[in-house]
Amino acid sequence: MEIPMIYYLVVSAIMFFAGVYGFVTRRNLLAVLISLELMLNAVDINFVVFNRYLFPGQLEGFMFTLFAIGIAAAETAVAIAIIINIYRSIHNVQAKNLDDMKY
Amino acid sequence: MEQVANQVIFYLLSAAIIIFSVLTVTTRRILRAATFLLFVLFATAGLYFQLDYHFLGAVQLAVYAGGIVVLFVFSILLTSGPGEKSERLTNKKRAWGLIASISGAALCLYALLTHVFPVSQFQNGGALDMKQVGHTLMGMEKYQYILPFEALSVLLLACIIGGIMIARKR
Repeated sequence: MEIPMIYYLVVSAIMFFAGVYGFVTRRNLLAVLISLELMLNAVDINFVVFNRYLFPGQLEGFMFTLFAIGIAAAETAVAIAIIINIYRSIHNVQAKNLDDMKY
Repeated sequence: MEQVANQVIFYLLSAAIIIFSVLTVTTRRILRAATFLLFVLFATAGLYFQLDYHFLGAVQLAVYAGGIVVLFVFSILLTSGPGEKSERLTNKKRAWGLIASISGAALCLYALLTHVFPVSQFQNGGALDMKQVGHTLMGMEKYQYILPFEALSVLLLACIIGGIMIARKR
């Protein structure tokens, strides 16, 4: 056993909270979506590491990560379609201008 | 010797992940943010390869790095002009973001570092058998995953139709 499990978990925690920082501070919708991808990716690392280190004979975390990657792809595609549509109607993608669409 | 190489690779990959994920959320040019995200995803795939999950690393490279980042770059180029920078953050907003992320990280790291995990049974023993992955993905027994696989395929179909419906011109 060369690399302790906790190292991986610390790396993925830092990555997750970098994503949280971006999610709170960004204003461009695409940048918010990029931060969301960071958070999803950090959780995937956690699943893989727990599976590999604590239950090496099973494949639960592996499969969960596989499905999470697929769902993340679907979610990103739909979100980008919505953002392109917003751009078409109000000509920018800043979050503060989104309430223009109500009136 | 191999163990030392493994450790060096791990430290390089995790340094890349930390540096590039911080850069992703702090750079003011959004196209650079997408590029740094690509580097983070590459390094994550490297971690999967290092943990002997080669199939997962390949999926990560193909779907994330090959698909999602390309989508991001396309939509960034469609929605913003060349060389456009986001406006500077106000101090209040940055303070809120820092409070949220640092307090969350402190809580999370405290929980991680004080929790006693069960003893790990991991030994570095070759790649995962591809046959086993296939049987687990497609089998109908206990601990096999045909149902989520089919549900995911329906979800992807719905996502294709939804994407066309939302984004097409009326």
